[in-house]
Amino acid sequence: MSYIKPKFRHPRLPANRLGFTVADYDGAISTLCAGCGHDSISAAIRNACFESSIPPHRIAKVSGIGCSSKMPTYFLGKSHGFNSVHGRMPSVATGASLANRDLTYIGVSGDGDTASIGMGQFIHLIRRNVNMTYIVANNGCYGLTKGQDSATADLGSVAKGGAVNPFEGIDLASLAILQGASFVARSFSGDKGQLEPLIRAAMAHKGFAFIDVVSPCVTFNNHVGSTKSYTETREHLDAMPLDFVPMRDEITTQYAEGTTQNVTLHDGSVIHLHKADSSYRTDDRRAAMDSVQQADEDGRILTGLLFLDPDSQDLNQSLNLATRPLNELGKDELCPGSKVLKSINEGLR
Amino acid sequence: MKQIKGINDFVVKFANVNGTGSASANHLFAKAIFRMGIPVSPRNIFPSNIQGLPTWYEVRVSKKGYLGRRGGVDMMVCVNPQSMEKDIASVEPGGYFLYDSTKPLANHMKRDDITILGVPLTEMCMREYTVPRLQQLLKNVVYVGAMAALLDIDFRVLKDLLNDQFKGKEKLISSNVHALEMGYQFAKENFQCPLPIRLERKGGNVAPHILEKPHILMNGNTAAALGAIYGGATVAAWYPITPSTSVVDAFAKYAERMRIDAGSGKKNFAIVQAEDELAAMGMVVGASWNGARAFTATSGPGLSLMSEFLGLAYFAEVPVVLIDVQRSGPSTGMPTRSQQSDILAAAYASHGDTKQVLLFPATPRECFDMTVQAFDLAERLQTPVIMMTDLDLGMNDWMSPPLEWDDNYEMDRGKVLDAEGLDSVEKWGRYLDVDGDGICYRTLPGTHPDKGAYFTRGSSKNEMAVYSESGEDYVQNVDRLLRKFETAKSYVPKPKTHPPIKVKKPKTDLKLGALFFGTSASPAYEAVEMLAPEGYPIDTMRIRAFPFHESLDRFIHDHDMVFVIEQNRDGQMRQLIMNECEIAPDRLTSVLNYSGTPITARTIAHQIRQALKTKSAEIVPLKRETA
Repeated sequence: MSYIKPKFRHPRLPANRLGFTVADYDGAISTLCAGCGHDSISAAIRNACFESSIPPHRIAKVSGIGCSSKMPTYFLGKSHGFNSVHGRMPSVATGASLANRDLTYIGVSGDGDTASIGMGQFIHLIRRNVNMTYIVANNGCYGLTKGQDSATADLGSVAKGGAVNPFEGIDLASLAILQGASFVARSFSGDKGQLEPLIRAAMAHKGFAFIDVVSPCVTFNNHVGSTKSYTETREHLDAMPLDFVPMRDEITTQYAEGTTQNVTLHDGSVIHLHKADSSYRTDDRRAAMDSVQQADEDGRILTGLLFLDPDSQDLNQSLNLATRPLNELGKDELCPGSKVLKSINEGLR
Repeated sequence: MKQIKGINDFVVKFANVNGTGSASANHLFAKAIFRMGIPVSPRNIFPSNIQGLPTWYEVRVSKKGYLGRRGGVDMMVCVNPQSMEKDIASVEPGGYFLYDSTKPLANHMKRDDITILGVPLTEMCMREYTVPRLQQLLKNVVYVGAMAALLDIDFRVLKDLLNDQFKGKEKLISSNVHALEMGYQFAKENFQCPLPIRLERKGGNVAPHILEKPHILMNGNTAAALGAIYGGATVAAWYPITPSTSVVDAFAKYAERMRIDAGSGKKNFAIVQAEDELAAMGMVVGASWNGARAFTATSGPGLSLMSEFLGLAYFAEVPVVLIDVQRSGPSTGMPTRSQQSDILAAAYASHGDTKQVLLFPATPRECFDMTVQAFDLAERLQTPVIMMTDLDLGMNDWMSPPLEWDDNYEMDRGKVLDAEGLDSVEKWGRYLDVDGDGICYRTLPGTHPDKGAYFTRGSSKNEMAVYSESGEDYVQNVDRLLRKFETAKSYVPKPKTHPPIKVKKPKTDLKLGALFFGTSASPAYEAVEMLAPEGYPIDTMRIRAFPFHESLDRFIHDHDMVFVIEQNRDGQMRQLIMNECEIAPDRLTSVLNYSGTPITARTIAHQIRQALKTKSAEIVPLKRETA
């Protein structure tokens, strides 16, 4: 944790397509513990928004309660944000998205916020396919209340005080695939190269995009015996390198032939998966589930884009909502007027 | 035996089994009286069940236009053997009892102080129809036919109603008309028609104010839904719960008709059936935060679940419109019975120091007007506004003057800065009280590239919406919220007072006053009119909103004995008044009913008489300055 954030920026910071520099996507100084995985996620979100050239004020940040949910303060200071209620961010995001379908919504939650108190709303958010990016900063413990196990803590993981977790952990990525999420990814807060393109792809996706990010808690869950420490995670990572190419850009990086797989999103942008074993299929829900489970059995954490349905129907489409945001409609569109009321009165006689 | 007599002034109650089609037949009966231009107020008293349990339908006919319950039953129509014993016992002496005489009336139930009218409904239908479903359904229509003869209902009106109801389904119309005629003929042939209680279209002394305008018959939930349409609501999120469900059902029905974009065929509204009330309220908060007019409707248990978000919305200053159709609690309480028992839970909903703005409509017309007003208030005050109706008002049909709309109405979106506004102000802070009324300027996401963004949170913030756990910042913020609540007093609907009825020889020197709200109002006015000729003049004040208007305080201080009439056990409105106006408990006397069926005028009058007997001696009249 650094207390002083330098205001000085290099005068020739590179600008994105809209002319914004990365500094335009900064937030306030983080108050999380030094070395917290969450700060890397904040940085990845900031960079992803910068790289994708989204105007900062056209993004809305929503979160629940917990260390994770403090994060939106620390990125995108020019965006509105809403630190809502523990486990209830999905409903706030749903309402916000109905009111204005034109903004980009980024939800930030934690494993307590999503997998325990917010499990009901999380499942229903998936079910409705709300057009948003939903990131879980997953550290297997409750940081803000000082280190209790969360529902994503793995079976047998040892808490700082020595207690062994006797319960199966909830795997949010598997759950999201099973529940029909249209975009499911997993990553590691320490893998910037993978996380940033994933966030960019998630924001480009039309529908609910879920990214489960293993994000070690340096204070309460980063010791020997914890399955979500930096060391453990790094050692067991089965990472799928990838990059994101927006519709308008050309591919600049070259990879060995045969190892790259292209996944096209609804808006025409492309995700390139680079993996020695190119048999992984992101468009097959059952195969995705199988790969995640297999990796788990092998004691590995499979990260990357796990599943994608580029043609999913988001909530706005399912409800056949007007193209114009509802919050822009005025009296003329909304109020039927006195004549209509007279005829309603007639019908009630 | 002295039979009860009366033209256009009696109470009829139908005792049925639910799920047998009785509801539409009973509605036909009430609507026919309404169409005859005679004041009528029907009430469904039904179980939390779909089929097989006892259900009642009480129809009050009142030439004076009293729409509340009077108390007592002059005529019972009983087609439910399960409840017959109690039903017959409940008829007023001199009253009438019509029953399905296919099975003879048991000896122990017989009474010689009432007129018993047996109609072999089942037998008639078994003979006439072969399909079992028709045998059951048309039985109800047969007794409506008999009632038409007994009470002098205009047969043409009944036929017209059936034509309206089954438009285009000729077969249904003719079978229903046939059933009506069957009952009508039977009554004509076997009883003296009409009975001493009966209807009269012309010259029935119907109160002139009823005849002034062509009234409508509608329930409060439908009226509230229309209010949401006219008030510009675009997002409705809800969870099904009796008795509020029909609010969103009606909203959906009207929105599908009136809110479809002509060009694209797409919807200018969104309705989401949420996974629970927590989520329903969360969606409303999210949508309102983002600048849409959003609402939800619920009842007691739902209000409990929504309390968490109501707290956040109060502190984060997000507009919310909530329609609470009150019932008896809890979930396995009496969900289909009416009460006014969420008053305290709503007024102080949530954690921390919270006070919520409440509205108390008493008629469907007010449900409509106040729903529109609720959206204006919520945005003007940037806070939740809860409209407190109840099952009686929400689900029963009430006769009401027609709804009216002023096409010059403009939505009050409150203090919202757009991009231009943000550029024009020197300094902006989300929680800066620039105008001194406790209401600050808010901004919506996506408005301005550089200005107006802030992080919305509960109370850990300063005036600039920057995170702060400083005690000073907290105190400053919640004190401002209290100031805002004071401001609310000038915006919410004022109470209605009525001049006292002149009493020739008052039996008491005490100045009497009565306070009430919502559905307690109609029977309260009636009780006051009952008590006036007995020598008790009572001033009335109908409370229409919380925070209370200052005139409430004055009203209480101007009277020696003040009755608070309400429908809950604990005198919740009385407590709220004691608490908020700092009134000594002995200044307010509760008049209560919490049985689940709406309070009656007779109950109110009785309790006031009792209180005057037992308490008035102890009360020393207040010394007043003479003007």
